[in-house]
Amino acid sequence: MTAKNVHVKIDEMKTGSGLIKNLELSIGKVINDNYTEPMGPTPMPSLTALRDWDMKLLTKYKPFYMPDCDLCCLCTFGKCDLTAGKRGACGLDIATQSSRIVMLACAIGAACHTAHSRHLLHSLIEKYGRRYPLDVGGLNIKVEAPVSRLVTGIKPETLGDLDDILTYTEEQITQVLAVGHTGQEGNNLDFESKAMHVGMIDHVGMEVGDIAQISALGFPKADPEAPLVKLGIASVDRTKPVVMCIGHNVMPSVGIIDYAKEKKVDDKIEVVGLCCTAHDMTRYYTRARVVGPISWELRFIRAGLADVVVLDEQCIRTDVYDEASKVGSPVIAASEKNCMGFKNRTNDPADEIVSDLVSGKVKGVLILDPEKVGEVAVRVAQQVAPIRKRKNVLPSLEELTQIAKTCTQCKSCQRNCPQDYAIPAAMKAAAKGDITLLTDLYETCIGCGRCEEACPQKIMIHSLIIKAGEKSMECEDNLCRSGRGAVSDVEIRNVGSPIVLGEIPGIVAVVGCSNYPKGGKDVYDICREFASRRYIVVLSGCSAMSAGSYRNSEGKTLYEEFPGGFEAGGVMNVGSCVANSHIAGAAIKVANIFAKRSLRGNYEEIADYIHNRLGAVGLAWGAYSQKAASIGAGFWRLGVPVLVGPHGVKYRRMLLGRKEDPSNWEVFDARTGNKVNVGPAPEHLFNMAETKEECMVAIAKLCIRPNDTWKGRSIKLSHYVDLSKRYLGVMPNDLHLFVRTMADVPSTMKDEFVKILEANNWQETVIPDPTLLPRMVRKMKE
Amino acid sequence: MSCEPWQCAEIASTKKANPIQKPEIAVAMIKRAQRPLLIVGSNATERYMEGKQLIEYLIDFANASKVPVVATAHMVGEFIKRGYQPAAFMNAMEIGQRVVDPEWMGLDGKGHPDLVILVGLPYYVESLMLSGMKHFAPDQKTMTLDNLYHVHASWSFPNATLEEWAANLKVMTSKFNGGN
Repeated sequence: MTAKNVHVKIDEMKTGSGLIKNLELSIGKVINDNYTEPMGPTPMPSLTALRDWDMKLLTKYKPFYMPDCDLCCLCTFGKCDLTAGKRGACGLDIATQSSRIVMLACAIGAACHTAHSRHLLHSLIEKYGRRYPLDVGGLNIKVEAPVSRLVTGIKPETLGDLDDILTYTEEQITQVLAVGHTGQEGNNLDFESKAMHVGMIDHVGMEVGDIAQISALGFPKADPEAPLVKLGIASVDRTKPVVMCIGHNVMPSVGIIDYAKEKKVDDKIEVVGLCCTAHDMTRYYTRARVVGPISWELRFIRAGLADVVVLDEQCIRTDVYDEASKVGSPVIAASEKNCMGFKNRTNDPADEIVSDLVSGKVKGVLILDPEKVGEVAVRVAQQVAPIRKRKNVLPSLEELTQIAKTCTQCKSCQRNCPQDYAIPAAMKAAAKGDITLLTDLYETCIGCGRCEEACPQKIMIHSLIIKAGEKSMECEDNLCRSGRGAVSDVEIRNVGSPIVLGEIPGIVAVVGCSNYPKGGKDVYDICREFASRRYIVVLSGCSAMSAGSYRNSEGKTLYEEFPGGFEAGGVMNVGSCVANSHIAGAAIKVANIFAKRSLRGNYEEIADYIHNRLGAVGLAWGAYSQKAASIGAGFWRLGVPVLVGPHGVKYRRMLLGRKEDPSNWEVFDARTGNKVNVGPAPEHLFNMAETKEECMVAIAKLCIRPNDTWKGRSIKLSHYVDLSKRYLGVMPNDLHLFVRTMADVPSTMKDEFVKILEANNWQETVIPDPTLLPRMVRKMKE
Repeated sequence: MSCEPWQCAEIASTKKANPIQKPEIAVAMIKRAQRPLLIVGSNATERYMEGKQLIEYLIDFANASKVPVVATAHMVGEFIKRGYQPAAFMNAMEIGQRVVDPEWMGLDGKGHPDLVILVGLPYYVESLMLSGMKHFAPDQKTMTLDNLYHVHASWSFPNATLEEWAANLKVMTSKFNGGN
């Protein structure tokens, strides 16, 4: 890197001239630049440095706003009614307000990841020192931090180097948040540009966190054969005390595992995780268990399976304390961001804290020292388990029927269910002793509990659903590939050419949360479909858990059925939320390692390369969070299209191309400077798919890129047509827009294509060397 | 039933849909429209009334009224399976974006729809699409044929039972020349 802090501390030194004691010397920065790649035009970009690039994308992919609210309530001038073109007291209209909300959501997401990374880095530097070397893949990875190199121009070598990168991200997030204040930005596209900016920053922040923990905590290092770990509620050995960790920050889990190992009780307790912290604890310790995605929180707690609940940060139900209290499970909050109103016991002796929690004197504590969390959690679990005896709040089947009879069929539950599930019908059947419909709900319910909040009869509807699904729960014993982290340089070299030329039909990154419209099986089905078609399937977060929660006809999970490499037909789990940065990193590394494009501070050129050449699509089928928004925004700026499931419409804005408008699809041919119409490739930058079936087809289409060779395009079109016939029941109606020469037409579909092309007055065009950047044109036309 | 949003949290609206108290009112408005358009979503095969799927009622209605249909999600194949050819199939967001574009000349290129009717999309998706239309195409008339009150539409049926819904759709179909 280019700058380092020098800090010299001498406790005692005898010299010829005397004794030196307690000398500390700090020199701000010294130049130590062994990063020989030339610096590109935009190292550490400011809010506006990449604005022109954003505007290119936003001209091509125009926002379609769907306001969730007619009002703005953010300042005391308001509430202001912004309906249908009215402006608020500050002058903002509804389009600008909508984009402002998008930007703020992305800023919250980026702040969340970056703050998480900051905590990790701080903890790891404290434990291992600033000079601890980074190692994310040994000799297989030379480009260790592609996103950071691209955005900041820094090549980090040590944990301390990451500090400088993180400082930059923190400044940018602050700048973006400032933009959200009343009376700042006044244009929706500028808000959109800043949303993309903070999305890009988010990927830097995530990368810092994950490469720090991979390096220091010994996580799998770009290993296609990272261990298979146990997944599912039934994989937990309930004869042992169970410590359940929820959240995203692995440090408290590390404390728990280390303590259990040190005391040689690691085989006598179960350490299980829910949401992304589960991924990271299994990267650290393969005997840990992944319970499942975020939506499994209530299931696990109400079923009485947790003897102690440890909360770190992000995506934690804020009523966990109440839920855990009902089953006698003490709660330990372990993050400054999530104190839960508990008394801070960090400095109290562990014996006292354990005694208070086991006796029930207090039901929850705040402990901000991960090592102390480890000791307290393990000891409490060991002592509480025999007292609790798996106390739960689930009714018996007989009680279930009686409770269901108290339902008045008012439909409040359904009207408050985010999925609009037919809960009243299930209750009616249950009242007659038929729990089939409740059991069906177990498979698809996202576990939010809103039905119970709405019920005027105070029926614990979700508990009834859990009880009805108990048999299914007992079968949830599956496997997840432990998060492997980055994609190695060797893998990039192997697939760079077939990806860019289109012969590997695409990369499908299935990421994000579990707000699925019809349960996690859709995720499994989508992944399996595309892996079978030899797309590269990359997973992370809750989606990676859902994908591993089902088995094929031979009883194999997805991770057993397909290889774990970044290869055609591979299904790889990068890991937790912060590991999403490796997906962006892989795309960036294709441009760098395969195409030899310079990375360093060269964002626009690399994004232009990825947008026009790399057939990658992000799918966040159950995206719910602000973090998912910022991850998506980071992909948008790289020009990678993102699809969301139907709930993603609640992000209130899509970025859509108009395929029938030829001016939308012009690129420069870098060889000649000519403008060439390349068709809608990719058609959208951010869109929603309403159903799994539609999603399947949309993914195949969104993998099409202007740079595809005729062979690659032919392969991509054959998948697009085949999936459309299978899932939509029709031939696509826009094939003529994707055929450039007759060589693009799949040979087995020639007759069908010819008819379509003739009907649409199709004309042959050229396959350009595509770019949106005039400066990339080697010979500009006069 | 009530004219409150079916999903209870969808209340943040200052301009609320006019309730359609009788199906004849909806028919009159559709007949008055020069270029109506019907957008049918994925719940068309998920919702049942009197043992029949919603899509079957909608095919009857579309055949009778001659209102062109845009099928979203994977509904195109479902229509074709039942012998009905929709005018177009398109992603829900794509058709929503076109509706709010005043320069869009409709499916046939002859003019922008003057009445956009939505039915059978997931409630929250339809709600947000209607919100987009309300805000960004304020002169665009919108209607929903669902049995769930949609606050952002210009006109919406109140929340109604499945039996009432089926009856409404049948009455509407019967009021067009092509109806039985």
